[in-house]
Amino acid sequence: MTVDRHTSVTSEPLGRLLGYLVEFDDGHQLLHACEQMRDAGFTRWDAHTPFPVHGLNDAMGLRPSKLPWLVLGGGLTGLGLGLLLQWWMNAVDYPYLISGKPFFSLPANIPVIFELTILLSAFAAFFGMLLINGLPRFHHPVFNSARIHKVTDDRFFISVEAGDPRFDRDETRQFLTQLGGVGIEELIEEGGDA
Amino acid sequence: MAVPLFRRQFDSTEVVNTADDALARPELITGGKTFADVTNIVSRIAEAPSPPRIWWPLFLGSVALVGVLFSMIIYLVVTGIGVWGVNTPVSWGFAIVNFVFWVGIGHAGTLISAILFLFRQKWRTGINRFAEAMTIFAVMCAAIFPGIHVGRVWLVHYLFPLPNQMSLWPNFRSPLLWDVFAVGTYFTVSLLFWYMGMIPDLATFRDRARTRTRQIVYGLLAIGWRGSNRQWLHYEKAYLLLAALATPLVISVHSVVSFDFATSQLPGWHTSIFPPYFVAGAIFGGFAMVVTLAIPARELFGLKNIITLHHLENMNKIILATGMMVGYAYMMEFFTAWYSGNPAEGFAFVNRALGPYAWAYWIMIGCNVLAPQLFWFKRARTSIWAMLGVVMCVNVGMWFERFVIVVSSLSRDFLPSGWDYYTPTMVDILTFAGSFGLFFMLFLLFVRFAPLVAMAEVKSVMPQAHPHFDEHKPLGDYWGDAPGAHEEQERLARAEGGRS
Repeated sequence: MTVDRHTSVTSEPLGRLLGYLVEFDDGHQLLHACEQMRDAGFTRWDAHTPFPVHGLNDAMGLRPSKLPWLVLGGGLTGLGLGLLLQWWMNAVDYPYLISGKPFFSLPANIPVIFELTILLSAFAAFFGMLLINGLPRFHHPVFNSARIHKVTDDRFFISVEAGDPRFDRDETRQFLTQLGGVGIEELIEEGGDA
Repeated sequence: MAVPLFRRQFDSTEVVNTADDALARPELITGGKTFADVTNIVSRIAEAPSPPRIWWPLFLGSVALVGVLFSMIIYLVVTGIGVWGVNTPVSWGFAIVNFVFWVGIGHAGTLISAILFLFRQKWRTGINRFAEAMTIFAVMCAAIFPGIHVGRVWLVHYLFPLPNQMSLWPNFRSPLLWDVFAVGTYFTVSLLFWYMGMIPDLATFRDRARTRTRQIVYGLLAIGWRGSNRQWLHYEKAYLLLAALATPLVISVHSVVSFDFATSQLPGWHTSIFPPYFVAGAIFGGFAMVVTLAIPARELFGLKNIITLHHLENMNKIILATGMMVGYAYMMEFFTAWYSGNPAEGFAFVNRALGPYAWAYWIMIGCNVLAPQLFWFKRARTSIWAMLGVVMCVNVGMWFERFVIVVSSLSRDFLPSGWDYYTPTMVDILTFAGSFGLFFMLFLLFVRFAPLVAMAEVKSVMPQAHPHFDEHKPLGDYWGDAPGAHEEQERLARAEGGRS
């Protein structure tokens, strides 16, 4: 443990404690710290990294994403929509004969069905990702940190929220300091001006 | 081995990482950079108070060309389609040639961002961002042309299945309508993919922002990204899925574009080789444009450690491979025309090579088939000037390919009494030149204000990114290696260690 330069130790906190943020030098230390966090049974905590770190999902005990199911749903919707759209428009609502072609024939309708399948799958992938991740979200306890901006550069963090059932102001802090990070910071709720 | 002089002729700061050692991993980021270096190199471009000096003349020149483009469009709309050189047999002139040309250019961006991602080609991370930007801008240029080509621009909404006063719907059995859906989907999906990939990098810009405006703009665009691994989990899944969706999409788009021709009965168009041939041509022409843009971009913005010679050489290899495919298609077209025994088909191809548009045909052959042959030589693949020469040839050649297909086939079809020669007018030429202005204007704005390189992705392929970097285990990372590769490498390393 190096010098605790980011710690804000105050006997009288300025505001409500929202959680802790521990900083790490590299992904290797972070990975091992995450394994300890997982094994200690924390639930409302997160790792913050500049890029996806290989193996971190297992170290955090995260289950695979359910997003593919949403995308499958989007794709099937697009497929059905493309089929119905062409059938109803060209064969039911206003049938007209072009070069003696049938009003509705699958081969001629495949390209549009395919494109709509892809389009709605892509919408499901993008917007589903935002939905599951709760984005956009411009306000979050970790943004109260003075150091978190380095996460988009080259630093690695673990955050624990005060709402975690296992959270205890002193015990959790004690636990976090032995994880091997280079600093720990209290996430304090900002005053009325925030 | 000493480094031959010729590979360094462009600049003494060029790092040669193009050794042909199949067992060694090439250095993707040269110069021993750290994560923070990558952030700094890329962010500095958008943070500099003023762009490189050459940026302003280029930008103003492009804006002027955009002015020309829109003046020509207004002139066309108020006067009529007669201002173009299109005539009775050649009703698809420059507009459709330019449309196919620009859509094709876009395809390399998707190939780099999606197909190379699925193939786990780690080197793509250096170039994928601006190649994707190129895709979007090229498709925007492309979309203009069919829009104005309809003649009555105020009725362009008839392209879409919208309820109208005649209760009439579009004809879904027409490949022209498939095109509307294919290009529309392609643009939308490319835009989503591009933006989603940029979110972590926009967050970097937000976190480094010094001014209020930058904080607000990049802050909004970054949608509150906090590098959370619970979010990375779904983000990476979405990225993989979008790549998997964009891959068949990009192949479908140029196939559908080729259907515009192939489903007609015109000799020279009515061929089943068109879809694969168009897709190969699109990738070929698109990669040439990526190299055309990459060379000045890495030079002007100091990105030589990120877009390295290795990247350029890889792209040149793809240009050679796809160029050979295109050359094969040119040959096969002739063979099929002869083998079919159809006199109209046979005439169409002899007419291409020896008829009134022979000059365009041989420009196409020279630029698309002969010029890339230089890339058989490593010396040419790794020399900046040689590759610049070849890719400029390809840019020209791929435009002429579409010109040859569209114009030579239309100008002389079945009945000689219906033949005519097509000559573009000044309006045609200025509109085409104007579309380059739009493309370069958007691209210059992009390199000035957006993350030109996918920083988060580049960091993830650096050796330090591996969690076990410190333990001196074999390197690898999420983006690159197949599952289990590390274990296998470790096992091999142990076995080797045991023997020695």
